[in-house]
Amino acid sequence: MKLIEDANQQALTRILEGEPRLIDIVPARELIPGLRERMILHAGPPISWDRMCGPMRGAVAGAIVFEGWAKDLPTATKLAANGEIEFHPNHHFGAVGPMTGMTTMSMPLFVVENARFSNRAYCAINEGLGKVMRFGGNDASVLKRLAWLRDVFGPTLGKAIRAAGGIDLKSIVARGLSMGDELHQRNLACSSVFLREIAPWMARTSTDNGVLAECLAFIGQNDQFFLNIAMAMGKAITDPANGIRGSTIVTTMCRNGTDFGIRVSGLGEQWFTAPVEMPEGLYFAGYSEKDANPDMGDSAIVETIGLGGFAMAAAPAVAGFVGAGAPSEAGNFTRSMGEITVAQNPEWTIAAMDFAGVPTGIDIRLVVDSGVVPVINTGIAHREPGIGQVGAGVVKAPLACFQQAIVAIAKDLGVS
Amino acid sequence: MTDQDRPQYQQLLARKVEVVNVGLEGFVKDLRDCGIDVVHVDWKPSAGGDPQMAALLAKLGV
Repeated sequence: MKLIEDANQQALTRILEGEPRLIDIVPARELIPGLRERMILHAGPPISWDRMCGPMRGAVAGAIVFEGWAKDLPTATKLAANGEIEFHPNHHFGAVGPMTGMTTMSMPLFVVENARFSNRAYCAINEGLGKVMRFGGNDASVLKRLAWLRDVFGPTLGKAIRAAGGIDLKSIVARGLSMGDELHQRNLACSSVFLREIAPWMARTSTDNGVLAECLAFIGQNDQFFLNIAMAMGKAITDPANGIRGSTIVTTMCRNGTDFGIRVSGLGEQWFTAPVEMPEGLYFAGYSEKDANPDMGDSAIVETIGLGGFAMAAAPAVAGFVGAGAPSEAGNFTRSMGEITVAQNPEWTIAAMDFAGVPTGIDIRLVVDSGVVPVINTGIAHREPGIGQVGAGVVKAPLACFQQAIVAIAKDLGVS
Repeated sequence: MTDQDRPQYQQLLARKVEVVNVGLEGFVKDLRDCGIDVVHVDWKPSAGGDPQMAALLAKLGV
């Protein structure tokens, strides 16, 4: 159908022409109009408190205490259960968040601007490993780190980013792909390249050597630091491709620990959801699949732009880490994702595949026709709140989301 | 009886057999265990064989 082919070409062009730059770090309330007291943005499609999984509830309780809306976790939980907290998806406010994806008014957010289309997208700062809110952690150590990110790290890094005049992100991703990153479960190369670019600006703009050393060490000790920047980049790239009538290209994939949700360019803001699947992967010592929570997070935005599981061939070491088979099999994932995408990204290439571009532009028609669903590299959270990450793996997007979208777009185009 | 006199299928099996297996992969191993060369084609019907979904896909240009 010509209408669909033309619309998909337009959506693809918008995705490929994106010019994402990290330009600042700013408190969420200054970026997101409407983000107010007792309001929490979360990962995934819309969800109410009664359907939230354990880690999501744990993170919500922690975020409430962090913002000072309750004095302790039990009171916070009661507040949320009584309907006194408003919940919305990050995606409704130009934002994304990993795993539980908590965004509240005082949290500092990365600001990525897509210069080509003059739109912006936001994501919170990666907290590092161990007990963290994105995995449902909510104890004093978690809240203390969040306060440090808000009061010290965010302002310090934000000043450096502004002084640098922003940081071009596409070139960092291109280099990261050639250094073994796939940008979801491995961000070591991109985090290191980012640190190399920003460190001189942090030194120039910092007035306290102790704080400077602490901030540099925080970035340097976190192999996944760049993930949250890549997520804001993904959102900034895909948003301009949304809302093109007739386009069957996926512009959002995300999950909230209960549901998996997608949005499709030609169907605008409409969600298509199905129960989220359990990741298959490897567990840290002492944990097993009995401890695992179904998948969650807005981080599948990186797969939506051809990275993560779609770029597995660039990161053979990740295949082993996420239990997806031998490193030599990593290319199979990328080739398979090539069957459900409409193009390759010529700016993001994979040396191990003779510099083929990452598979880009997921077409819901190709997914439903072939039965091949997007694969997402993911962290695995403990199903109880407050414990954290217990493993890493691969999760498949549920086919039902794509089937529902096919029915909806056929109806919209008058061919059902 | 010469080869030409046999029915066609018998002629086929009188020579070295080479197989192209389309769809279900389960047959491949059995054939290979018998020493037969097999090329497997990974194929599934459109939309997993769901006729309604396949009809919609056809209308949407697949």
